[in-house]
Amino acid sequence: MRVMVVWCPDWSVVAGLAETGQPPRTPAAVLSANIVEVCNAPARAEGVRRGHRRRDAQSRCPELALLPANPDLDARAFEPVLAAVEELRPGVAALRPGLLAVRAPGSWFGSEANAAATVCQVLVESGVWDVRLGIADDLFTAEQAARSAEAQGWRVVPPGGSGAFLRGLPVHVLEGDGPQGREAVSLFHRLGLRTLGELAALPGEAVEHRLGAYGASVWRRARGADPALFAARTPPPELDAEVVFEPPLDSVEAVTFSVRTTAERFLAQLARHQLVATGVRVEAEADGEVCSARTWLHPRHFSARDLVDRVHWQLQSGVPGAGVRSRREAGVVRAPIERVRFLPEVCEPAAAHGEALWGSASDDLVERGVARVQGMVGFEAVRRPVLQGGRGPAARQALVPWGERAVGLRPVDRPWPGRVPGPAPVRVFAQQPVAEVVDDAGRPVVVSDRGAVTGEPRRFRFGGDAVEPSLPWHPVTAWAGPWPVDEAWWTDGATGPTSRFQVVGADGRAWLLVCAPGGWSVEAGYD
Amino acid sequence: MSTRPALAPLDPARSVVDQLRERVAAMESRPAREQVPTLPGLAELVPLHAGDTYAVDSAGLALALAAGASAAGEWVGFAGCPDFGAEAAAELGLALERTVLVPDPGEHWLEVTAALVDVLRVVVLRPPSAVDARAAGILDSRLRSRSAVLVVHGEWPRVAARLSVEESRWTGPAGGQGRLVERRARVAVRRGARPPERADLVWPGARPAAPIAPAVREPVAPLRQASG
Repeated sequence: MRVMVVWCPDWSVVAGLAETGQPPRTPAAVLSANIVEVCNAPARAEGVRRGHRRRDAQSRCPELALLPANPDLDARAFEPVLAAVEELRPGVAALRPGLLAVRAPGSWFGSEANAAATVCQVLVESGVWDVRLGIADDLFTAEQAARSAEAQGWRVVPPGGSGAFLRGLPVHVLEGDGPQGREAVSLFHRLGLRTLGELAALPGEAVEHRLGAYGASVWRRARGADPALFAARTPPPELDAEVVFEPPLDSVEAVTFSVRTTAERFLAQLARHQLVATGVRVEAEADGEVCSARTWLHPRHFSARDLVDRVHWQLQSGVPGAGVRSRREAGVVRAPIERVRFLPEVCEPAAAHGEALWGSASDDLVERGVARVQGMVGFEAVRRPVLQGGRGPAARQALVPWGERAVGLRPVDRPWPGRVPGPAPVRVFAQQPVAEVVDDAGRPVVVSDRGAVTGEPRRFRFGGDAVEPSLPWHPVTAWAGPWPVDEAWWTDGATGPTSRFQVVGADGRAWLLVCAPGGWSVEAGYD
Repeated sequence: MSTRPALAPLDPARSVVDQLRERVAAMESRPAREQVPTLPGLAELVPLHAGDTYAVDSAGLALALAAGASAAGEWVGFAGCPDFGAEAAAELGLALERTVLVPDPGEHWLEVTAALVDVLRVVVLRPPSAVDARAAGILDSRLRSRSAVLVVHGEWPRVAARLSVEESRWTGPAGGQGRLVERRARVAVRRGARPPERADLVWPGARPAAPIAPAVREPVAPLRQASG
């Protein structure tokens, strides 16, 4: 069996530059723990090498673009390359990001060189500039052939020629095997072995005794007798579903009505793979381009009705003046919709989301009822409270839109030094109304830079009637504080040091007041 | 109150007509008279009955009325309460994963509340404007057919009971020292023209502070001494 290996050198750098939108010829390096892990040819031309510290690399090449190591990104960016090769020849195995192997396509393309040329052309057309191919009898030889090829070139090792090809290679090609390989290369140098041919000439048993299993595998590979095969991947199933409207529909209701069967088909084909979708991207096309796209996350998993609702809300929110709408205008879309597509973004095994044996009928009923409310007042207007970590009461909770999963919450189980002790307030104001607090002499109470209170709070009142229109001034019967906090002072939007006070009014109700450099405000009420 | 079989014998000590009337009423409003779980501290003071409306004058009381049902596994909702305190609710035993919030229902508040009443057990409503008897009547009839409880934070034309905080004091802070620890409040429950029932409750937790005072001032005096 002949093997073709496709190698894209410095793939992490290529993927990182593409992700950050920089031109591919920029000198760049991927750093992990401040050590250069991979760098590209322009950076190497400036003298940057793997293993350099960040400082050294930058001193050699000041305009070096530094990229964080991101293995997920590398793998994700390599997926289109795999797919492009798969188009030409199924049975592709991704050895690692940047390196793939496939059974060499032979006679169909005329010759192996023609096949390599075709693959190379397809990949270069898809935007991968530096691609090198090698074809040989076994995987190791094919990889070395690819590494010795020119950019956008290929090298074919004739059948039975592996040993002859490998014999001339220096031992440091084994450095590609990782730390183990580098250690072996250093040892081979000390033993006076310079080329793979010299290694292959040694008796196999002696190599295994001296160098162990890895050495034996290197010895077999160096002789071109490595039977190592690769597991070809099965192409991932196509799980998207779309519906085309001919002629395009210009009313949300009509679209919503028509996507129901597609939504059911979409979920049914997921269910065939024993999956359920917990995150789905809904795309709507008008005039040949995507006019509305949004990813929806579900706290449990999507049913067909949920998907139809999401389509409804998404298209409706594209209408200007969304929110609470008059019913007559609610159903018009901006441009006639000609295509709606569902793409599964997060799928989980169905077994993890099984229904209880006796069902959850009452919960379903609630979901339906709440969806009706969302239809009345808009998707964002119905919320679900969740707790999160933070110092003030307002920061310690979040109201998540109903039917969305809460993301980006601060962890609750951290100590959060500086948080207000005592029972939690019943009323937490999202928009904090302003307040005034004065001392005996009627002077405003402030907190000095050193955290000292300038006077004893005697009276307070609320600005406006956001809290309640009541007495102009409340006498203070008891107070406690301050709890000073200076949060996120390194960001632009920081408010500066603030102090929180608990203040009890004459009517027996307590308030949590915040003294910021800009003045007092009411954060919460202990009603 | 209890849905006894219809063949249960009548109580000879009471008027036959009254008893029959009760039975007919119970059959007409079939699920409506069932009791909704409340926090133990409130069970004696205000037993919640499905289909009834209760008015309160403080957010803490509204939360306490909803918390019992939620802790017992029911779904609850809050309409028109943009200042919902999630942490306080969780401390009272309210299950946040079974809580629906509509912080600002806007002009649709009546429809939203009616839709919530359809599927939830306890709905807390803070009406954004004055409520006329007609709007209240629509909700009341919906409540009775759906076996839900409506707790109104504010004014409402016809209610089963009206709860108000009469006297409240916090212990803990003194002249900048300490922190809020505990709140004792006297809650008055008014049902129609009957004299109000009063009870002392202690927050956090809305626990009873003393046995319910049947309109007598006995348990009041020691409390004043203790906290004054």
